[in-house]
Amino acid sequence: MSSWIDAFTVIAVSAGAFFFLAGTVGLLRFPDTLTRLHALTKADNLGLGLVVLGLLPRVDGVPDALMLLAIWLLALLGGGTASQLIAQSARRSRERR
Amino acid sequence: MIEVLNAGVALLVVGLALWTVVVRDTFAAAIGFVAYGLLLTLVWVQLRGIDVALTEAAIGGGLTGFLLIRAAARLRHTEAAARTERPRAALRLAAALVSCLLSAAIALAVLALPDPAPSLAPQVAASIAATGVGNPITAVLLAFRATDTLLEAIVLLFALIGVWSLAPDRAWGGRPGPRYSADPDGMFAYLARVLPPIGIVVGAYIFWIGADLPGGKFQGATLLAAMWLLTVMAGLADAPPVSRRWLRVALVAGPVVFIAIGALGVATAGAFLAYPEAVAKSLIIVIELALLPSLAVTLALLVAGAPQREEG
Repeated sequence: MSSWIDAFTVIAVSAGAFFFLAGTVGLLRFPDTLTRLHALTKADNLGLGLVVLGLLPRVDGVPDALMLLAIWLLALLGGGTASQLIAQSARRSRERR
Repeated sequence: MIEVLNAGVALLVVGLALWTVVVRDTFAAAIGFVAYGLLLTLVWVQLRGIDVALTEAAIGGGLTGFLLIRAAARLRHTEAAARTERPRAALRLAAALVSCLLSAAIALAVLALPDPAPSLAPQVAASIAATGVGNPITAVLLAFRATDTLLEAIVLLFALIGVWSLAPDRAWGGRPGPRYSADPDGMFAYLARVLPPIGIVVGAYIFWIGADLPGGKFQGATLLAAMWLLTVMAGLADAPPVSRRWLRVALVAGPVVFIAIGALGVATAGAFLAYPEAVAKSLIIVIELALLPSLAVTLALLVAGAPQREEG
């Protein structure tokens, strides 16, 4: 049983790390603000989500698991809002030009 | 494996620190400083200094970073002019020389430290039970080194007075910062409605858990201050005029309670800031409870800046 859990954790966290890597590459390589933001949200949403998912079976107790989930949801909320604000400001500065 | 990761983080921290110092654009340096603070948080976690990590993330990276970014944004239009001026070669050489000498002196001082370092840790660990506090960091901060903590709280007040003194005469006692406005149906206003209830609960939790686990008043107060600033910056609330009586009372209440309890210690326990053993934990909780709102208001007003608008 525990080896299945180990395998699940390894796969989920590795997939999360892959999305972080892909998001970072996108952030460095994509041509403009909006596409770079798009790359960044992949790391935030999917990457962190998969890492949290992989760690869930390893915490002791439901409160700790809920805390991990809350961290992911808060990161989603914060990241999503910040992306919207940056995108808005990028669009405005492009219109002004 | 973990050594490789540690070495990588250490290299990143040193590299980022160098970059932050060397980079010429002030705004980029401020962003670098925030990233540096977050990396330093990781280092503290790795060193099992969770309390320090929380403080670094909240105050070092978060609050200080925010202050620096605001300052950099303000300096932006003067920066181009500043960059065209280049000091003479002799002056730059002298500056480099002094910096090198100073670094060498610090390095020598660090290398000359006795090994093992002198430590009071065993005595402190033996006496922690007397304070009744489970978290050794809180015990040290409020029992064994209470003077430092008191001075920290007071130095923040002095910093705030320094910020306020930058106010123009007509705005003295008025509201700090601009009146923010954001689209009331936009994302930012939405965040400012959704996040504060969560942030207040987390802030109170971090404060309360500080007695036994990593956490405490500084980290909790930073979160509360951030939530307040969020509602102000989203235009949902306005910053109060700094001349308000309740505001001034809130600012000084924490340090006053701290000093009063400390003075009481002279009579009851024989020294300033000494607590009678039977009530040590209760007194520490009272001090923490009194400091929390004061610190939250002080930190929020530090970020809000000098009064800019007349009271109205």
